[in-house]
Amino acid sequence: MKARTIYPGHVKGVAMVSHEPIGFYGGIDMKTGVVIEKGHPLEGKSIKGKILVFPYGKGSTVGSYVIYGLKKNGVAPLAIINKETETIVATGVILAGITCVDSVDIEKIKDGSIVEINAGEKEAEVIF
Amino acid sequence: MYLTKEQEAMLNGEYGNIISKMMRLLVRLGDIYNAEKMIPIASVQVAGVSYKSIGDPGLEFLQDIAKEARVKVITFLNPAGMDLEKWKEMGIDENFAKKQLEIINAFKKMGIIISATCTPYLAGNLPHYKQHIAWSESSAVSFANSVIGARTNREGGPSALAAAITGFTPYYGLHLDENRQPNYIINVKAELKYNADFAALGYFVGKEIKNKIPYFKGIKEADTDQLKAMGAAMAASGAVALYHVEGITPEADKVSTASLEKIEFGEEEKRETYEMLNSGEKPDIVIFGCPHASLAEIIKIAKIVEGRKPKTPFWIVTARATKEVARKIGLEEIIEKAGGKIYADTCMVVSPIENLFKTTGVNSAKAAHYLPGFCKQKVVFNNMEELLK
Repeated sequence: MKARTIYPGHVKGVAMVSHEPIGFYGGIDMKTGVVIEKGHPLEGKSIKGKILVFPYGKGSTVGSYVIYGLKKNGVAPLAIINKETETIVATGVILAGITCVDSVDIEKIKDGSIVEINAGEKEAEVIF
Repeated sequence: MYLTKEQEAMLNGEYGNIISKMMRLLVRLGDIYNAEKMIPIASVQVAGVSYKSIGDPGLEFLQDIAKEARVKVITFLNPAGMDLEKWKEMGIDENFAKKQLEIINAFKKMGIIISATCTPYLAGNLPHYKQHIAWSESSAVSFANSVIGARTNREGGPSALAAAITGFTPYYGLHLDENRQPNYIINVKAELKYNADFAALGYFVGKEIKNKIPYFKGIKEADTDQLKAMGAAMAASGAVALYHVEGITPEADKVSTASLEKIEFGEEEKRETYEMLNSGEKPDIVIFGCPHASLAEIIKIAKIVEGRKPKTPFWIVTARATKEVARKIGLEEIIEKAGGKIYADTCMVVSPIENLFKTTGVNSAKAAHYLPGFCKQKVVFNNMEELLK
């Protein structure tokens, strides 16, 4: 499936899918990578090393720093796949250097399945 | 994307490494969102200030920038993790304070005004209608776009900083008139009496429409404090950066509402939202000022508590400038006699209150959203009058 590159990279890993948006600030613990937002479908799970799939970011504009901090603390997701990446997540992945693509029909990606992302500067594809 | 000679030079490192790095971030964002060019901006609001929020990675990032770069436009700052003067009295530990002050010093070195408030528009950074700005802080973005009619995207903390340092932002999204059209009509049938009712309405709508633009019908009147509470809630439960209110906000009569999907907010939805936001019973502390309290709100609280003592101690968090006025005109004295405190520069979400309290009472739906996860609090969400009984 074709995608749009937000930040380039070639990775393969296990998908963790949330059909609800994710607010990184206040939603994910920067030290552990565990989702802490009460009532969130991923509450209690660690995003570390996963290909994190969600529609788009929500909430605080400090989310970019949380993404950057997750990377510095070694608990960042391996990559991010969005339906629509908004500025907060885009800024975070660019600074942190986390592979990220969007314009993907995320409904088709199954939680726990193996996903491959080939994201060049111009073109990107997601294989699952 | 088209870049001027000056912007090219910034990108190519002629003004140093940091400016080049900041420009690269903006150009990449511009390319992703199909911006045709960069535009100059009038002001910036920088979020990501509390040590609790950004941690050591954020601190190091800011110190690197501060070594070289200075801001080009008026730039205000979001709240810090503590009152920058009375942090000891708040119960903040020494190590946290030390790190927090290092963050503040980095911002100071960049030439940023240490306003430490999420309501820059109440503290001296007020844009005008249609003015292009680059703000982060989701509630301030919402207020500037919706109530004032200025133009800003929801900037991330670092992308706002990049705009401050270069003086530019990519021209896309809410900077363009055609992207400011509403997607949903919200028919408000419930009675909106308290600021908390407006906050509940905002929370409900943000959850329902996520990152879209709502057009409210049926709100007969709303003051700026109520709009502030509503917008903040919508930006916390969703990613709403712009809303229109019929008869109240400046662009409401300029947009088209034909054939939009309708969502109703009646008494039933209001009651359910209150229930959803409540997880506690008896607060250890009541905190007002998310977003930061206006002077009008402090006056209101002072009137409610004058000459008596509510059963729960309470804090008001606000901008330093507002606190100073409140002190000078005698409001702080009334509030302290009633068992209250006014703290500046910080708020209940970004300060480490989990070390001090277990259950917090608020009339802010934004605070009620963040307190359980980020601050490990049980929450009592109610109107100001009830919380101050």
